Formats: sequence, structure tokens, C-alpha cells
Amino acid sequence: MTPTQARVVLDSADISRALTRLAHEILERTHGGEAVTLMGIPTRGVALANRLAERISEIQGAPIPVGSLDVTMFRDDLRMKPARALLPTQIPDSGIEGRIVVLVDDVLYSGRTIRAALDALSEHGRPQAVQLAVLVDRGHRELPIRADYVGKNLPTSKSESVQVQLVEHDDVDQIVIRQES
Amino acid sequence: MKHLLSTSELTRDDALLILDTATQLVTATGQGVGKLPPLRGRTVVNLFYEDSTRTRISFEAAAKRLSADVINFAAKGSSVSKGESLKDTALTLEAMGADAIVLRHHASGAANTLAHSGWISGSVVNAGDGTHEHPTQALLDAYTLRQNLRGGEGDLAGLTVTIVGDILHSRVARSNVHLLKTLGANVRLVAPPTLLPIGADTWGVETSYNLDEALEGADAVMMLRIQQERMNAAYFPTIHEYSARYGLNQARVARMKPNAIVMHPGPMNRGVEITAEVADGPQSVIVQQVANGVSVRMAVLYLMLGGSEA
Repeated sequence: MTPTQARVVLDSADISRALTRLAHEILERTHGGEAVTLMGIPTRGVALANRLAERISEIQGAPIPVGSLDVTMFRDDLRMKPARALLPTQIPDSGIEGRIVVLVDDVLYSGRTIRAALDALSEHGRPQAVQLAVLVDRGHRELPIRADYVGKNLPTSKSESVQVQLVEHDDVDQIVIRQES
Repeated sequence: MKHLLSTSELTRDDALLILDTATQLVTATGQGVGKLPPLRGRTVVNLFYEDSTRTRISFEAAAKRLSADVINFAAKGSSVSKGESLKDTALTLEAMGADAIVLRHHASGAANTLAHSGWISGSVVNAGDGTHEHPTQALLDAYTLRQNLRGGEGDLAGLTVTIVGDILHSRVARSNVHLLKTLGANVRLVAPPTLLPIGADTWGVETSYNLDEALEGADAVMMLRIQQERMNAAYFPTIHEYSARYGLNQARVARMKPNAIVMHPGPMNRGVEITAEVADGPQSVIVQQVANGVSVRMAVLYLMLGGSEA
């Protein structure tokens, strides 16, 4: 892959501003966020959920519950690859029963991950409502799923890949689009 | 992972993947009560040529929590009692579409034979073969050690584990020796001279005939069951004497580290290899071992059957 085929579409400051706006939107739409529980989808959704939780608690002055939800076993393409390692699921002590659960992921694409997440979530209780926050919506949905909060709409072609890189995992905050060969 | 036949074939990474998967499964099922979908449409056969309660029920619960279909096949009351061979039974199960066979057999090496026979295309899990191996028991023991003494993460480096009892006939001991060493623990084997296999000192473990000494500073002790059929076979003079020399009581537990744990694969002979006081005491993790058995077996079945056909 030559560098000309990869372009940075959002840098660290862009990501930071997008997350701040998402935090405000979540608070506005949930009337102060008192019932909100953030659930990140591993791997990068968890880092994003933690950052959103930090911003929301800074704005509101009170911590908000945040956890992680692994969807691997609920995927519809499980049988298409060798068994995949499971990732951590961590339900906050307050649970999800009756909460407004905001699922957090890095990229929304086919929608299949989110469908799996809805099934995974139902193992742990019945939330009052489930919403979806993503840093990037790149289109090409294959299921009737949409995000409630979008950091950035990125029109892409299916031959491109969108990669969200975060300091927690990649030593840098940026979003890169690559042409797949 | 296609088969699980022996802990000696597991690398450190293989073993840690199984233990980590078990850890994730506990939280994914909402503390172990929920049901997960990954083995929907897969068939797991429990093929048991020997009596077993907890291992069979544990595998059954594990498979069911992952939504597999489970067929239990006990040799007693089946065509095996009419003389059917392992081969013909295996061919029958293959024709019925078994994706995995969990095999308990009285002959050492039976699981290996089944896995490499060409009779079946599915996976084989060794659930105990003669006096050879019982790998899922060792994995659940490692999981229990890690949970209690290593915060549920990483390997077992630096831990000292004393295994006591009928080492000679114990598949649990053999599987544990391999796995504990792979995960970095120090192993001490303690038994009367008649029940310690010849050459055990070449396994890379410490051996001893003296339980009191072998418990000194240990992090955990695993008591093995003295099997009824051995009690009258002249391996030791009397049960009373065995119990006095090799039974675990409170005074002996006190020789280990203060936070040390007491383990037993079950079923226990209370009053023979372990006193009731110790078995029910605060350092006993025997009930935890049973619960962990289900999680570890779920992990094994998921890693074998959860993905595409290997």
C-alpha cells in the first residue's frame, strides 16, 4: 500500500470536537442524561464510550455508567471464519434494566454489528430504550438500522476501508480512508 | 483447535486462549445464567463408557448454554452392552451428524484413537481416558487457581501447587502436571511410594512421600480421590493409615500460605483424603471448581465449533 492510497479525513482535533458535540447531543436528547448508560462495542467503541462518559460527566458534574458489550457470539457471519477470540463484556453495576442504553461504536457500515449488539444486550435485561452513537457513518447499510448520533457522515465506496485510529490502541487519533486493492 | 485430547499438546497461548475465553463467557452470559447462540444447529454427543455424573452434566450444561443440541449416550443400556465396538458406535454417531464427540472411556488412548481413526469427521474432546488424561479437569483447575490467586488474568508463574494422592492411576494428576508446568507453576507430587509412578521424578516436578513437608509454603493443594477399588488392592495398609499420613486436615492446611486454596476434583471421600472441616472450610474452592468446569467446557466447545469447519 502506497501512502497516496491512504488519506486522513479527520485528525485529532476533529475527533475531539465531534465527541464533544456528540456528548451534548446525547444530553439534549435524553433530557440531561440521568437514565443514560453508555455501552461501547469492543474494541474501539469501548475507548469512545469512555471518552464520551468523561465529557458527559464534565458537563453534568456527575459520573455516568459506562460498560462494554462483546457481540462476537451473536454475529451472523460467525460460521464464515475460524472461531474468534471473545472480547470483554462488562455490564455496569447499575445494570441496563430500565436505562436508556446508548451503544457506541467507531464505524457504522452494514449495520450487522449493531443487530448483533441488540441481541447481545437482551441477554442482560430490558432497557427503557436503546440508541446508537457512532463516530463515523460510512453508509452502505444492509439492514434497517440507523444511528441516533453521528460524529461524521463519510460517503465512501465499498472498495474503500475506513479505519478509526485512537490513542488508546493506535498511538494516534485520526480517521483514515484507504483504497483496498 | 480441532480436538482436545491431552494437555501436553497445548501451548501456553492455547491454554491462555481457553482460560480467557472462559472468563469472557462468564460475563457474556450475565454471570453464567443466560443462554448464548453460537452453537445453534451443532450437535454434541456425550459418549460415556464409564460412569460419571459431574463431568457429563457439566459438558451437557456447557453445550446447552451455547445452544447446541446434546445427545447423551451412556454405554450401559445401549448396544455397547450387546458388544458393539467403539468403531461401530462412532460410525453410527457420524451418520447421525455429530459435530463433536465428548468421550469418556476406560482405555487409555481411546480419545486419540477416535480422533485419528477416520471414523468421524467431527471434533473429539477427551473427557477422561483410562489412567491417561482428563484435560478439561486440568483446565478448570488452572482457571480456579488463576481466579483465586492471580486476579483472573495471565498465567500461573511462581505458584506452587501440591498434588496429593493416587498419582499412579490419576488422569487428573497427569493432565494437571502438563498444564501447570506449561503455565509456569511449580508442581509437587505427594503419594505413598506404591502410588507414585516410577519415573515421576523425571516429569520436571518435585516428588515426596511426606505431605507435611510438601505443603510448606504452597499456594494450593489438590487432593485426589482414593478410588474404592484401590483401597483393597494392597497399595497401602489401611484406609486409616492412608488418612493419617496423606489426609488433609486443618493442621496441614495451616502449613500452606495464609491465602492458599484447597481443591478436589470430586467426588470426595470425606474422612479419607480430606476432612469435612477442610472440605467445607473457608479455603476450600471445591464448589467453585464445579461452576468453573461449565465455563471452561463452554470455552472449549466454542473454540472448536463456534467458527467455520476447520
